[in-house]
Amino acid sequence: MNIDSIKNGIVIDHIPAGRGMKLYELLGLGKLDCPVAIIKNAASSQMGRKDIIKIDADIEVNLDIIGYVAPNVTINIIRDGVLCEKKSIGLPQILTNVIKCRNPRCITSTEQELAHVFRLENAEKRIYRCVYCETKASSEAE
Amino acid sequence: MRSIINILDLSVEEIDELISVANDIIVHPGNYSERCRGKKLATLFFEPSTRTRLSFEAAMYELGGNVIGFSEAQSSSAAKGESVADTVRTISCYADIIAMRHPKEGAPLVASLNATVPVINAGDGGHFHPTQTLADLLTIQREKGSFENLTVGFCGDLKFGRTVHSLIGALSRYKGLKVILISPVELKLPSYVKSEILAPAGIEYVQTTNLEEVMPELDILYMTRVQRERFFNEEDYLRLKDSYILTPAKLKNAKEDLAIMHPLPRVNEISVEIDKDPRACYFKQVLNGKYIRMALILKLLQEAGTI
Repeated sequence: MNIDSIKNGIVIDHIPAGRGMKLYELLGLGKLDCPVAIIKNAASSQMGRKDIIKIDADIEVNLDIIGYVAPNVTINIIRDGVLCEKKSIGLPQILTNVIKCRNPRCITSTEQELAHVFRLENAEKRIYRCVYCETKASSEAE
Repeated sequence: MRSIINILDLSVEEIDELISVANDIIVHPGNYSERCRGKKLATLFFEPSTRTRLSFEAAMYELGGNVIGFSEAQSSSAAKGESVADTVRTISCYADIIAMRHPKEGAPLVASLNATVPVINAGDGGHFHPTQTLADLLTIQREKGSFENLTVGFCGDLKFGRTVHSLIGALSRYKGLKVILISPVELKLPSYVKSEILAPAGIEYVQTTNLEEVMPELDILYMTRVQRERFFNEEDYLRLKDSYILTPAKLKNAKEDLAIMHPLPRVNEISVEIDKDPRACYFKQVLNGKYIRMALILKLLQEAGTI
């Protein structure tokens, strides 16, 4: 893949340097059979250094995961080699099956099929709490 | 479908209304004795309980209704691995309202998301216990006449004591509250209760390890048990269980109209000699718990259009 230009796909830009691999893992990009590129520590006029992920396929990505790991990223949707949509993402209000509740007393610890759902409590401090037991999410995305 | 999982699911106005209905039930029980005729309450208790389960059952019987259910997980299909969601979907076919206790935090919320009848949280682990809080509020209202300008001391296990967290949350909505937190260092009130409930409501609070020192200030002393079932480590439990034992000597400097409360069961944290003291309110709380549960069952069944 020519990482400078993709025909149909997604470019996740302005990922804080060092978070690209975490995002790659949480999005499950390793399971895709299309070309995926991670550019680490690219120069950025806004951020100094940034990571970029390019996916050479028109797939659905989980915006909640992206918003949780890197709320200030830009998502560029490329179709026929042309930038057709540019999205900014903030912290999602609800996270479903993005992170797991670590409280051994939580109902999610025994009922395996239950979705792990967290609600954003404080955007400034990035505090999420489990909707079932109210335990604060450990910041595994950091 | 309206369910009650957290005391904060009820507005101040709704709590006032429930207290008003409960007070009316106390005065005119005959007016309510047929209100739930032909209706069924399911008590789903996945964890042992004496007071709460029997209180719900007595409440439903006194409303003229019937009760089905189980009192331990071993006598339900949970023992075979059935999920909470499937259990309540099934029970919704048999009952008009559910009261659920479960050792896992959040289980009643899961139940409410899957049931087709109202669910009342009757205690989920160390998390919420809204009907205990309603019983506490009815007791405070009947003993003090109002919720405003009270100094309330919470003593004992403030870390795992779900009744304490719920009552602080409920009282934080009234004016002039002062909270005194009396506990061993290891069982202090969790910081999130302070930062998310006390601080935003601008409530004055003091933390201490010395009960006698703060006794003269208190309008209400809310004692709690150090709960063995909340500890993973038996050694920690044994070390902390006798931290505070209320005796007549410790009440020497207490106010004449102090209200001594306890969610029960007690182990030894209130000496039995205190039971004769007119300031002891913990058995009144038990009775009030039945009346407020009657009021709550009525409210939820009315809102569901069942009665």
